[in-house]
Amino acid sequence: MDIITGTLSAAVSVQAAYFCLAAIGLNVQFGYAGLLNFGQAGFLAVGAYGFAVAVASFELPFFAAVAVGLGCTALLALLLGIPTLRLRADYLAIATIAAAEVIRLFFGATFREYFKGRDGVSGFTADFQSVNPFDSSVLGFRPGEFWVMVVGWTLVVLSSVFVWLLMRSPWGRIMKGIREDEDAVRSLGKNVYSYKMQALVLGGLIGALGGLVLALGQNSVQPDNFNADLTFIVYTMLILGGAARIFGPIFGAIVFWAALSFIGAVLTKLTRGDDPFIPSWLMTDNQVGSVRFMVVGLCLMALMIFRPQGVFGDRKEIALDAR
Amino acid sequence: MRLRAILLAGIVGILSVLLLGLPSQASDVGGDEADEGPTTVVSGTVRNASDENKPVEGVTITATPDATGEEVEATSDEDGEYEMEVPALGRTVIAIDVDSLPDDVSLAEGAPTELTPVLDVGRPSFTAIFRVGQSESTAIGTLDQLAQNVYNGLYFGIILALGALGLSMIFGTTGLTNFAHGEMVTFGAIMTYTFNVAVGMNIFLSGIIAIALSALFGYLQDRYFWRILRHRGTGLIAMMIVSIGLQFFLRNVFQFFTGGRTENYNDFTTPSGISAGPVTFSMRDVYCMIIAIVLLTVVAAALKFSRVGRAARAISDNPALAASTGINVDRVVTLVWTVGVALAGTCGIILGFSQSVKFDLGAQILLVMFAAITVGGLGSISGAIIGSIIVGVLVETSTLIIPSELKIAAAMFLLIVILLVRPQGLLGNKERIG
Amino acid sequence: MPAEQTDSILVADGIRRTFGGLTAVDVDHLEIPRHKITALIGPNGAGKTTLFNLLTGFDEPDAGSWTFNGQDVSGKAAYKVARLGMVRTFQLTKVLSKLTVLENMRLGPTGQRGERFWSAPFQFLWRGQEDANTERARELLARFKLDAKEQDYAGSLSGGQRKLLEMARALMVEPEMVMLDEPMAGVNPALKQSLLGHVKSLREDGMTVLFVEHDMDMVRDISDHVIVMAQGKVIAQGTPADVMGDQRVIDAYLGEHHDTDITQERATEETS
Repeated sequence: MDIITGTLSAAVSVQAAYFCLAAIGLNVQFGYAGLLNFGQAGFLAVGAYGFAVAVASFELPFFAAVAVGLGCTALLALLLGIPTLRLRADYLAIATIAAAEVIRLFFGATFREYFKGRDGVSGFTADFQSVNPFDSSVLGFRPGEFWVMVVGWTLVVLSSVFVWLLMRSPWGRIMKGIREDEDAVRSLGKNVYSYKMQALVLGGLIGALGGLVLALGQNSVQPDNFNADLTFIVYTMLILGGAARIFGPIFGAIVFWAALSFIGAVLTKLTRGDDPFIPSWLMTDNQVGSVRFMVVGLCLMALMIFRPQGVFGDRKEIALDAR
Repeated sequence: MRLRAILLAGIVGILSVLLLGLPSQASDVGGDEADEGPTTVVSGTVRNASDENKPVEGVTITATPDATGEEVEATSDEDGEYEMEVPALGRTVIAIDVDSLPDDVSLAEGAPTELTPVLDVGRPSFTAIFRVGQSESTAIGTLDQLAQNVYNGLYFGIILALGALGLSMIFGTTGLTNFAHGEMVTFGAIMTYTFNVAVGMNIFLSGIIAIALSALFGYLQDRYFWRILRHRGTGLIAMMIVSIGLQFFLRNVFQFFTGGRTENYNDFTTPSGISAGPVTFSMRDVYCMIIAIVLLTVVAAALKFSRVGRAARAISDNPALAASTGINVDRVVTLVWTVGVALAGTCGIILGFSQSVKFDLGAQILLVMFAAITVGGLGSISGAIIGSIIVGVLVETSTLIIPSELKIAAAMFLLIVILLVRPQGLLGNKERIG
Repeated sequence: MPAEQTDSILVADGIRRTFGGLTAVDVDHLEIPRHKITALIGPNGAGKTTLFNLLTGFDEPDAGSWTFNGQDVSGKAAYKVARLGMVRTFQLTKVLSKLTVLENMRLGPTGQRGERFWSAPFQFLWRGQEDANTERARELLARFKLDAKEQDYAGSLSGGQRKLLEMARALMVEPEMVMLDEPMAGVNPALKQSLLGHVKSLREDGMTVLFVEHDMDMVRDISDHVIVMAQGKVIAQGTPADVMGDQRVIDAYLGEHHDTDITQERATEETS
């Protein structure tokens, strides 16, 4: 029973909301514009750190700090996009993953007085929690956690609506055109480069909101929260739900995160105790984490091979053969 | 056909179970604490930076999860290593007991005595590093230091070239940007460790078996996985994402069996250094370099002069044309995979000496390999080797200027710069890539 | 022999483009007369498409400059060239097969408010403009006999229909000059005549047309001016009759691919 409630609460948890935002952002870039951004973790990191440091070290008020986080992310997207958006898809992938890795290492090893090394920044949510309207636990969630969830899911809804409005407009039509054949769009007098940049910035900013939700949720940010695995998990979620669909990233993130915690809970239960169901020579509860992530890998492979359009998508729409 | 594609994952898993089952059982750390719930293995090595990085014995390290406040304690052994199992209950304070340090040893100036990681199910291992002793770099002349770093860089670059060449060959013939190549590196190291430590074989024999298994792994992987995907018409981008899934899967299979532990081979773990002028080196590393250079030369020569090699290069230029001239593309590509993964495995075996064996040994250098082949020119044979050496030297010498934690960032930075100003690489021909 | 044109819409000088030692295009001087149909012909590999790519900003030359309507456009980005009124099509049609025929058309017009990031989410800001564009798109589709297909995905069209759609979509940009890259390639003979008719109608609408073709016979009837390229150079230009009689042109064609192409094409035309 606690496994089921655990799974359900994982589905609506702060983490699920934060993965949703990361996946919605990636959907703008990869799903609609066809940009193979493998550095989404870097955008989340900059958003989260920008906000956290602004509060923790400079004691800025909440909204100013949010603006700092988003501003830094937009700046990163521009810096990264100006040179890389002209590259071929697979080169763009390598350039962006490398950039995200530089960012992570940078946060872990420089300006220790601000970034606090590998331990990360913590203690910056007092302002945010001081306006928490909930004073007792709701549905079994602690009030502080529930408040972050409310804000997180509100952001998920708002950004989805915004993306939906954009994608049904002529702006979205250009994105779909670029995904299929950018030369055709260019020949009609559209500044393809500028549109790709807009998609990169927008996707990065939505991702940064996710980083912000994560930071608020755990009241700390650490460089290891933002390794390349994060990007890959978000890709798995997006592809599971269906790229280039409004509900694709939301469905993918919620279902995948819930499934991961379900598997984790079941395996932990089966391996725990004096006489576990799964004998300890086969697996101990220390190995649950590894098994969970093996599942991530297998899912990503199987999806890509058998159903690249995911649950909701249209196979023809996904930019997989473009180079 | 589809079924076989799914089965491969299973085969790899089973193969690993068979070969790796032993070491995971060899060390059952703190079995009784495990009943409490998921735990994280916290480990590390205490070395004295002011005394040639010699291990420091008898240092006490404690870990205290905030949630319980119950302290777990470990003491470093004669190799300076310690390991303890800590309940994974979120934020945990890991501290070094300064009083337990020998009298003549102290923490580096300004180094923290506490680390506060968040330990949870997703993090089965954590390596706690405390900086003990003042680094010697200030004591040695910068020029001498530079010479040593250039030597280290050459060493790293030559070993890296083994992995990079395989990556570049596979990219050249199939167009696949293989994100799972790092795991091919790890595979070689873990196999060697398995036969050397768990089975107890001679290190040379273990290495040879590991190379053979790597080759087999490469063969099976292409024959029963990638080839099938190619025939199904899976796009290159889709295959690249599949390789990411494979990377994720394999890395966690490795972690399943080895835990988060850092392991060493039984032999040649701490070779004695030989000083030649400002540079200190060991005969072990020299032999490793010789082996690597011989292998690189043989493979490069085979690609250049043998029939199969010429066929491989023809495919790399134009697969359709190559096929129409009677080249059996599938067979050549499988051979390229076999050789490429064998080279990667060898890279891992050698890295296992200097960097120890860990589940993410290869994943750590994946992007460095990408940097190397991008610098040299994607798909180019000599480019992969020269690029590796450039990147290796850059990474090692960069530590003279930037913190050593950032040395990988230096390689990434070079990668990005090269992609921007000369995407065809330093040695590649200019073609339309953008 | 520079052509004596009084009113040229496009004037190019000294354009050179090399690919790793091979000179693909080496054109000293080139003028395209306004309100006329100009054919750019030459055997395969003569550098016609490369020149097209250079003029429209899809490729960068090693040297050279050219003006459109007296304005220097050399080396300008492709989208800027298109906005100035010089719109091209492609040899391998680039219709967006995952958009409907009508959506392909709507992509054409420049200056759409709905294409700007900040106004895109608000439909009331761009609704009117979109409706007007749709109306114009439907008129063009009717003219090109594609109106029955407006809701079909462009990917479901035949080769000839794609050529027509690409041409119609180019017109949505309201160009002064339309540049068609082998509009007749891969089109079945029955449709070729109607395509030629559409090309002629562009001139009647006051547009300048430049089109690439490698078959001489095809261009004789409809072009006012012919430019012949071989091995990257312009070897002759003038009226169709002048050019056809030019010994260098005949040599270039015979030398490059004997007489197969010419006679084969003639045979198909006579039967149709």
